[in-house]
Amino acid sequence: MLGLTLKEVSLAFREGRISPTELCRKCLNRIKKTQHLNAYITVTDELSLTQAQESERRLQRGVPKGPLDGVPFAVKDNFCTKNVRTTCASRMLKDYVPPFNATVVQKLLDQGAVLMGKTNMDEFAMGAGSTDGAFGPVKNPWSYTEPYRTLAGPEADWVIAGGSSGGSAAAVASLTSYLALGSDTGGSTRNPGALCGVVAFKPTYGLLSRHGLIPLVNSMDVPGILTRSAGDASVVLSVLQGVDVRDSTTVPAPSSHAELPEEFDVRNLCVGIPKEYHALGLSPDTRAQWSRVADLFEAAGARVEQVSLPHTQHSIVCYHVLCHAEVASNMARFDGVEYGHRSSMDSSTEAMYATTRHEGFNDVVRGRVLSGNYFLLKQNYQHYFVKAQKVRRLICDDFRRVFASGVDVLLTPTTLTDAARYGDFTQEDNRTRSAQEDVFTQPANMSGLPAVSVPTALSSRGLPIGLQLMGKALDDHRLLAVAQWMERQVGFPSIGVHDDYRQCSDTSSTVQTSA
Amino acid sequence: EFIRKLWEGLLVQSKPPLTSHFPFPAQIPPDLVDKLERLALVDFRTKQGLECLEKAIRFADQLHVVDTTGIEPMDSVLEDRALYLREDTAVDGGCAEELLKLSRKTVEEYFVVPPGNIPLPKKEERSSMLKHSEL
Repeated sequence: MLGLTLKEVSLAFREGRISPTELCRKCLNRIKKTQHLNAYITVTDELSLTQAQESERRLQRGVPKGPLDGVPFAVKDNFCTKNVRTTCASRMLKDYVPPFNATVVQKLLDQGAVLMGKTNMDEFAMGAGSTDGAFGPVKNPWSYTEPYRTLAGPEADWVIAGGSSGGSAAAVASLTSYLALGSDTGGSTRNPGALCGVVAFKPTYGLLSRHGLIPLVNSMDVPGILTRSAGDASVVLSVLQGVDVRDSTTVPAPSSHAELPEEFDVRNLCVGIPKEYHALGLSPDTRAQWSRVADLFEAAGARVEQVSLPHTQHSIVCYHVLCHAEVASNMARFDGVEYGHRSSMDSSTEAMYATTRHEGFNDVVRGRVLSGNYFLLKQNYQHYFVKAQKVRRLICDDFRRVFASGVDVLLTPTTLTDAARYGDFTQEDNRTRSAQEDVFTQPANMSGLPAVSVPTALSSRGLPIGLQLMGKALDDHRLLAVAQWMERQVGFPSIGVHDDYRQCSDTSSTVQTSA
Repeated sequence: EFIRKLWEGLLVQSKPPLTSHFPFPAQIPPDLVDKLERLALVDFRTKQGLECLEKAIRFADQLHVVDTTGIEPMDSVLEDRALYLREDTAVDGGCAEELLKLSRKTVEEYFVVPPGNIPLPKKEERSSMLKHSEL
């Protein structure tokens, strides 16, 4: 039951094979059993059961609210949840209890979905490993499965979940939630989705409301959707999309069905392979899967073409400047006065601000705030910030040209390699790691395009490899239809409920790992 | 056959990734360090903090290999459409008490802060102030 997709579990409810409270209890038990993964910062057990009971009553009366009624979900801890603490994995917000729900959370609750808890992440979503948060790193559930244990050796160290939405990806992969919300600014939903072997969807910029999502980079942030199938992602998208009066950057959703077409003909499809994505550092396993899936498309009659995105190589540097500049501005709100942590220093307002921020932020956040302020200095503003905005236009124009030439979707890897061992990953500092990890995912954020990572195969180490599909703006529904076609061809093995989840005996989860 | 050729082509074309090593290191003079700490209201904490900024600047300098002559800066990907604007009337509110509850220090319906108009102390004093404030 726990391993089902959202659509299957919805059907099981209606057929009376299981009840929402039974399922909720199963998921809560499994959260306990998989506690060592550190996927959740807060588990809302009592609230979850109350919500499940309400859902059960609706189902008994034969009036469920929709396909999500009774379905357990998890939310990244940077979305505000009413009366449930929302920490952003930071000491700055460790006791913050929002008085309202983020719009996307409210929409899921309105559909009767059952909140299981808030998931772990990198502090303020700054990272690509879910190793840089105040509550310790997230462990990838695949670290404890048979394939990895067999292929990598019984003594192999656990591997990272990817980030920054690592807790959400781990929650869906370890079968404690059927869907999870993440956020995606440079790849933060797709990266952990690929490393944990789940479908991870970043919608078109503006299609989903960001009201109540604690901002990182306003010009790129989008809520992300993590599920076990492309069809599930489509159901969730249809619930969440559309204009929100509380977010002026939302755009009207194109009319589309929640359901994806059962039969999808790829013969009229043109798949672009961007030659610049053939980066050094791409693992042979990932390259082989990329090639294999391109072959699958061609064999089924799709047109597969090499395309060029010449400015994409500058995307990471461009992002680095725009991200740090917007972070410097966004983090200014945390001053200890209205909410969040406040230092006991009271000699002056400025001293209180400085000590509050010193105590509340980790090194990664502080570093980005400082460099952001540097890029925004009067004498540097044109040289760095405006220059980066110009490069951004060139990157976007590349995509526009490619899609105008008749390409429907782009097929690329999601990450360079499968998940790194924790010890290896933390060798490099956060900035270097983010630059490496976001290389394939970041350009879609720069251009606001929809993109989805689809689990494709297990690597020679027994760990998931994901491939990414990118589409035209607002063509999200068709993008997911292509993803579903691909998902059915590749036959990715899902994690088993009976996979060995024994508690790992190492103690590295307590090590503070700020870069 | 086409796919195989395409992949062989890609193998030939793949270039080394961007280098983050630039010949001249960025140097941050002490008065700029002070200015940034005052503006950002966060401190560098250690020498590594400063090195981190120097690396971030060197990394950003790679932007300048791109020719952007005649290119307009892009603020938002939604620049090509009119965004939703609501009527300029209050539709919610009346939640002052709820919001004030989130603050650590309030009096009646006011947020309370320590005395204002006092600049941050000088570097040395500031460091010792922060050292004693560790959680």
